[in-house]
Amino acid sequence: MKPRQQRMLAVGLAALGIAIAAGLTLRAFQDNMMFFVEVSDVAAGEYPKERNFRIGGLVVGGSVQRQEGSIDVRFEVTDTACTIPVIYSGVLPDLFREGQGVVAHGRMGGDNVFQADKILAKHDEEYMAPEVADSLSKHQKDIVKATVAGAAECGSNDS
Amino acid sequence: MIPEIGQFALILALSLAIFQTVFPLVGAHRNNAAMMDVGRTAATGQFVFVAIAFVCLTYAFLTDDFSVLYVANHSQLALPTLYKVSAVWGAHEGSLLLWIFLLAAWTLAVARFSSGLPEAFAARVIGVLGFLSIGFLLFALLTSNPFARLVPAAVDGGDLNPLLQDPGLAIHPPLLYVGYVGFSVAFAFAIAAMISGDLDQRWAKWTRPWTTVAWLFLTLGIALGSWWAYYELGWGGWWFWDAVENASFMPWLIGTALIHSLAVTEKRGLFKSWTLLLAITAFSLSLLGTFLVRSGIIVSVHAFATDPTRGFFILTFLAVVVVGALVLYAWRAPSLDSDAGFGLLSRETFLLLNNVLLVVATALVLIGTLAPLVIEMASGGKISIGPPWFNIAFLVPTIPLVVLLGLGMHTAWRSQDKSAWLRTIRLPAITALVLGVVIPLLIYGRISILLFVGCAAAVWIVVLALILPIRSLFREKGTAGITRSALGMSVAHLGMGLFVIGVTVVSAFGVESDRALRPGETIEVAGYEFEMRELRNVQGPNFSAIEAEIEIRRDGDFVATLRPQKRQYLVQKNWMTEASIRAGLDKDLFVALGDQLGSNGGWSVRIQYKPLIRFIWLGALVMALGGLIAITDRRYRSKVRKTAAVDGAAAEATA
Repeated sequence: MKPRQQRMLAVGLAALGIAIAAGLTLRAFQDNMMFFVEVSDVAAGEYPKERNFRIGGLVVGGSVQRQEGSIDVRFEVTDTACTIPVIYSGVLPDLFREGQGVVAHGRMGGDNVFQADKILAKHDEEYMAPEVADSLSKHQKDIVKATVAGAAECGSNDS
Repeated sequence: MIPEIGQFALILALSLAIFQTVFPLVGAHRNNAAMMDVGRTAATGQFVFVAIAFVCLTYAFLTDDFSVLYVANHSQLALPTLYKVSAVWGAHEGSLLLWIFLLAAWTLAVARFSSGLPEAFAARVIGVLGFLSIGFLLFALLTSNPFARLVPAAVDGGDLNPLLQDPGLAIHPPLLYVGYVGFSVAFAFAIAAMISGDLDQRWAKWTRPWTTVAWLFLTLGIALGSWWAYYELGWGGWWFWDAVENASFMPWLIGTALIHSLAVTEKRGLFKSWTLLLAITAFSLSLLGTFLVRSGIIVSVHAFATDPTRGFFILTFLAVVVVGALVLYAWRAPSLDSDAGFGLLSRETFLLLNNVLLVVATALVLIGTLAPLVIEMASGGKISIGPPWFNIAFLVPTIPLVVLLGLGMHTAWRSQDKSAWLRTIRLPAITALVLGVVIPLLIYGRISILLFVGCAAAVWIVVLALILPIRSLFREKGTAGITRSALGMSVAHLGMGLFVIGVTVVSAFGVESDRALRPGETIEVAGYEFEMRELRNVQGPNFSAIEAEIEIRRDGDFVATLRPQKRQYLVQKNWMTEASIRAGLDKDLFVALGDQLGSNGGWSVRIQYKPLIRFIWLGALVMALGGLIAITDRRYRSKVRKTAAVDGAAAEATA
């Protein structure tokens, strides 16, 4: 082969390799996408089954329960309209507190308890994950509406 | 009074930056030496005034001037002095001022050390840097004034975020920013060359040392950030593929590609337009990183508070810079390319592949970082891309990259004789294949394909990187030794090898375990016994803490005593985990306190065993050292070279 042909071959092979790699990575992409699902949607049963997703909201005051001497913890997360129970086994982040914002990664268990494998709390005083802030403000508005109408309960905001 | 001086100095700096932009660019266009000279003077003046502003803000922190809003929000009376200084860049406004200060410092350095450059070229470089200064000074003055007053003044400040009260993080932002901002010099060189339409091999020679310095600081900055996240965030990982980490990593990847591409442009006059594109991209990615961090549009553990006006400003500036640069590129680049050829087996081929793979790696990181944004805009769904995806995707281009890296080092420019080449690489290849099996199996007792690939690749790089320096060490007397350039390359690649072995081993054999532990109790993790001896209260300057004393033993033999703390800072009332680590080259043992578990005195603890994790940061340090060695190469000091040549001739005459 002439050098020129050799070079064309090399470039062709490289392009093919990159195309295959790109294809594989994009496939892996779909498996690793994690959706953020609002607590109200989770409570209504609208969440990805059999795979991980994220939820976020406020930790309900007084809801954090521990078993004596165990690292298992159970608490409730709310978007101010609906509330779902979460269990987690491990060390909680420093800024995890009742009444504060939290994001949890995990999946729904059969008993309608969210089994978290990772808990993130906000990083500094001013910062709240944008998706949590969105979700809260949306439902807070709903609550105001619902309160006026006299029906402030979970599930009434799907209009 | 002092803060007003600071603000006034910033305004003066802005007007000088305008002079620094307009006069040299117009002067270079009209070939007017007097106008071009204004550039250097204005750059010096701009640096002086920015430095004054920086000193004023630092002074406000040191004197606890809580009538300045920024100080009141990010400092406190009892804050240790070191952290009062580092608090200057502890949040948005101050870190922007630091950015501006470093840009002015780089510009000053260019103005001072550019006497060997053609006058018009140097003037254009300084002009372009001045334009960047204008952008950032406007950004500070219009959206993020660090000197804004607080009326009435606060009695005490709101304290620095406790996470940032750490020596590592005190110097992490300056290092990182020196790197980020340093790419603006390569960018300015590229723009200046495109404006003049004259880009020869000397251009690459001038650009290389500046780019390498920026790159080495970025390397150090990223490594320090990774180390900090490891011990301070208490999660024990060393890289999280967080958007902000990616924001610093993408310019690093492209900067690495740029260094290699510059080598080809300097030695062979090839890849010119490609090199220009990389220089533009490296700086654009630095700006994009700033945009991502500052705007808060990306979910990140690092993100600062959201402020849309700031995001908008940076985005506009980014658009102006990128679009302007690319238009100029589209106009000029086609006329630049040289048609010098090279053989298939040549260093040019390997550097070309290096560039392709690094760009692919950058593109993957960029896709993963921006995908959540794009998908949210397209469909409204809020997603995140987890570290597992990045880990897999990143390996796709990097495994061939590290294999080819070893080969490229021992391939000649233009064309390499195949049989000599095979002779050089045969022994390293066999060593790598053997040790790739032996290291994981004999030392750690397990093997997988990925482990084999990682260990073999690391050994491969290390052995090949050592060949040139060792040959030079045992060369015959009187023959030429290795150049600083080649030594720098070998050392940097050695660092890469150390990094690869660290990543491979710690990913495969690291153990993380969250457990419950109470005083007097012993648990076993990764073959080590961890006994909690006692819990006590301790008092720090601005925090109180609960400290556990944990003794580690292996088969009953004492290994270390660790004292992790849970601190409560007195002002912000935040709880902070202060992990305790027994660091060693072979392994780290890590203990962090979680929460108190009920009334029996038990705590949740996070225990980690991290073999060879130090090699990750050691590798980065060695890479940066390689960069440092490379820039001391003779050819970058034209004056010195002449005397050296005379010495050489004299030595030959006497011999």
